[in-house]
Amino acid sequence: MTTDTTIKDDAPGSAAPGETVLDARGVTMRFGGLTAVRNVNLTVNSGEIVGLIGPNGAGKTTFFNCLTGLYIPTEGEVRYKGNVLPPKSFKVTAAGIARTFQNIRLFANMTVLENVLVGRHTRTKEGLWSALLRGPGFHKAEAASRERAMELLEFVGLASKAEHLARNLPYGEQRKLEIARALASEPGLLLLDEPTAGMNPQETRATEELVFAIRDKGIAVLVIEHDMRFIFNLCDRVAVLVQGEKLVEGDSATVQGDERVIAAYLGEPFEDSPGDEEIAEVEAAEAKADTTTDAAPGKENDR
Amino acid sequence: MTTQTSAPQTPSTPSAGTPTGLIGIPPRIGRALATGGGILTVISTFLAWTWTAAFPGDLTVYGYPGGLQVLVLIGGALTTLFGLASYGVKGLRWLVPAGADSAIKLAALAAFATAWYTIIAISTKLGGVVNLEPGGWIVAIATLATLLGALSLPFNRPEPDPIDPEDTGWEQFRHNARHTVSVVKAALATGTTTPARKLPAYAEILIIVAALAIGLTVFTYGIGTEYDELFVGFLITAGFGFAAIAKTGLVGRISAITAKHRNVTMIGAFVAAAAFPFTQSDDRYATIGVYILIFATVALGLNIVVGLAGLLDLGYVAFLGVGAYTAAMVSGSPSSPFDIQLPFWASALLGGAVAMVFGVIIGAPTLRLRGDYLAIVTLGFGEIFRIAVLNLDGTSGPDITNGSNGISSIPNLNILGFDFGQEHSIAGFTIARFANYFLLMLVITLVVVVVFRRSSDSRIGRAWIAIREDETAALAMGINGFRVKLIAFALGATLAGLAGTVQAHVTYTVTPEQYQFAHVVPPNSAFLLAAVVLGGMGTISGPLVGAALLYLIPAKLQFLGNYQLFAFGLALVLLMRFRPEGLIPNRRRQLEFHEDAEAPTVLSKAGV
Repeated sequence: MTTDTTIKDDAPGSAAPGETVLDARGVTMRFGGLTAVRNVNLTVNSGEIVGLIGPNGAGKTTFFNCLTGLYIPTEGEVRYKGNVLPPKSFKVTAAGIARTFQNIRLFANMTVLENVLVGRHTRTKEGLWSALLRGPGFHKAEAASRERAMELLEFVGLASKAEHLARNLPYGEQRKLEIARALASEPGLLLLDEPTAGMNPQETRATEELVFAIRDKGIAVLVIEHDMRFIFNLCDRVAVLVQGEKLVEGDSATVQGDERVIAAYLGEPFEDSPGDEEIAEVEAAEAKADTTTDAAPGKENDR
Repeated sequence: MTTQTSAPQTPSTPSAGTPTGLIGIPPRIGRALATGGGILTVISTFLAWTWTAAFPGDLTVYGYPGGLQVLVLIGGALTTLFGLASYGVKGLRWLVPAGADSAIKLAALAAFATAWYTIIAISTKLGGVVNLEPGGWIVAIATLATLLGALSLPFNRPEPDPIDPEDTGWEQFRHNARHTVSVVKAALATGTTTPARKLPAYAEILIIVAALAIGLTVFTYGIGTEYDELFVGFLITAGFGFAAIAKTGLVGRISAITAKHRNVTMIGAFVAAAAFPFTQSDDRYATIGVYILIFATVALGLNIVVGLAGLLDLGYVAFLGVGAYTAAMVSGSPSSPFDIQLPFWASALLGGAVAMVFGVIIGAPTLRLRGDYLAIVTLGFGEIFRIAVLNLDGTSGPDITNGSNGISSIPNLNILGFDFGQEHSIAGFTIARFANYFLLMLVITLVVVVVFRRSSDSRIGRAWIAIREDETAALAMGINGFRVKLIAFALGATLAGLAGTVQAHVTYTVTPEQYQFAHVVPPNSAFLLAAVVLGGMGTISGPLVGAALLYLIPAKLQFLGNYQLFAFGLALVLLMRFRPEGLIPNRRRQLEFHEDAEAPTVLSKAGV
């Protein structure tokens, strides 16, 4: 977990602190009649870690896909450093937004190093002719790519496994490799989709350290996660998405204390919910019932 | 492949722990029997096997093995060598770095199968076993004894899973069959390879040269087999013999050495291939050689599209046709609409360029599709090419390609005064027309091999593999999928077009019928794809071997006649069932197809 790797000055990752990196305005995504994401605004500033939480099916991943060009938002626009994002996912990556996937999508039959080298694709230019003719430029670029890739592997702690097949890595290291591969495209913004899913507490902590280290390199991070402790430890700001709409946004304390968030996660009383009177009535009835049903203990457990 | 061999089964009395053989002969006697039988087999090949020369190959001579006897001799010699090595005879131990027992079994099987095939062929062809001379009987008994001895060699039996008593009879039968298969597999299992001794570089290069020389000899022998029986015998001996050598661990050791000296191996392989015409006394087999080479080169081009980028192209032969037609039209042929004759370099470049243009034109709309849809659309475009060429005859359309008659009497090439149609004498060897073209085609093959190697090991090659592995993830990594796929498609088309420019001159005539989807004679799209799949996707040697086999087997086994395609289909089904990664697998591919197999932690340089 060495953090001494330095970003090159001309890299797209180096943005002035406080500058808005990502600016999503009124993003709406409809699939036929279903509105998965409705009018969501979100900004991410450079040097910031922003969390995106919400119950299952809240539209987090859909929103992510809108940000990365996999989906084109039905309404609204996404700007990266002031420029509207192109509608193709490879152009988005070239612009400077890299992502990982919720279900790991490594190139399983390539080696760890090759995976990272694929991530370098947008930052290298060597085409077919250069590969066929093998001029000095080709060898130089290959060597530089390899060096950079090894640096990144060093950064996530996988350097010793560079020649291993990606599929043979344990789960936690596959996650790390996915992050390294995303970093290889020298992004200004990294989108992590549930980076700790399926990890044990130690691995989660290690991931936390890794995300901090990435932030320290000047890369803004937007992270989806279900692990609340992870999110609230990590993020400067947390946005809560419920049923496609942004419910609340703020720092950890604000979000943690917000009743609506708790309601969204634990279920919210519906419209004609029982008032206090009814509740008291029910309680009274239950108290009465308890005495009568004493004869059949264990009935409670059967429910 | 070896697991299909039907070895005699004994009622298994598995005494777990103590290794026993498949047959209840004591192992010591078995080993002696195998080795001695091997020697006897070798001797018996010097005897006469039949009384008349009516059986091809003249097996009537004492003291001089001929035809099939040579093959049995090789099988017997291999058995003897491995047998002696298993006794630990000094100077032979290097032959068996991974243990000799499995190799003895397969070598004995090679000798046995070839000898008995010969005996049965003699009996049926000449009408009865009375036609056998004592030598024939001796070889039959000697090889049988060898095989029995070899099968009694001990091995570690796998523990049978207990049978579930609730299973139905059919399920129990399947259970037992599975166990039988695993026993046979264990009987032929390779041992662990002893670590190789460190050799100086020149010795390793000498080993490569020796291996290539053996390869050239085997290939030349196979191409030069003059009658069906000999070719069948050759296939049996070569198949089992190669399996035996693979079991000894020698193949693995040699491939490790070749991987270390890739450039030496490549140059050596091409020198060996270039030596092929010089080993031939007439042009008859050089013809087969040049057709194999054309087929193999196009298959290798297809391997970029299918093996690296994972785009299933079922109309690939159309690009060969584009190249061939382009070269034919500018060759000065009287039936060409253009009255020009370009030098070869110009027509080759033009053929490649036109094929590339067609590749882009066809690729641009189709490469937006994935998987099956792409296959269907390319299949359609392949047929469109053929029908369009058929119709550009002056009646159905403008007169460009001369319709079904094609462009005929294409003149021979003449490069720098070297007339490809004439016989030339080089250092005492006579090189005739097809041998000339063989050498020219070899240069084209070299170009394609270099292109394949260099493009696969680069930024663009990694992008192809990434697209093949997971297109969505590749796009998210910033790879312009469409562009990269189009490059693969166009590059493949260019290489096929380049091969086509030579093909036009070799065949004298280009007609639309040569470029169908499926046809009895390769190259056609179906056979090209089969050569790639059979040989191994994503490797260089795979399609070359696959193409050679696919061309030679139908060309040599004339007796198959109308059943050729049936046999071909059957062979392909069996191969896909038992070895889906192809004969010479790419490491990556092998892993893809055998998810459960224990993957090595480290992947050595991919693509042999």
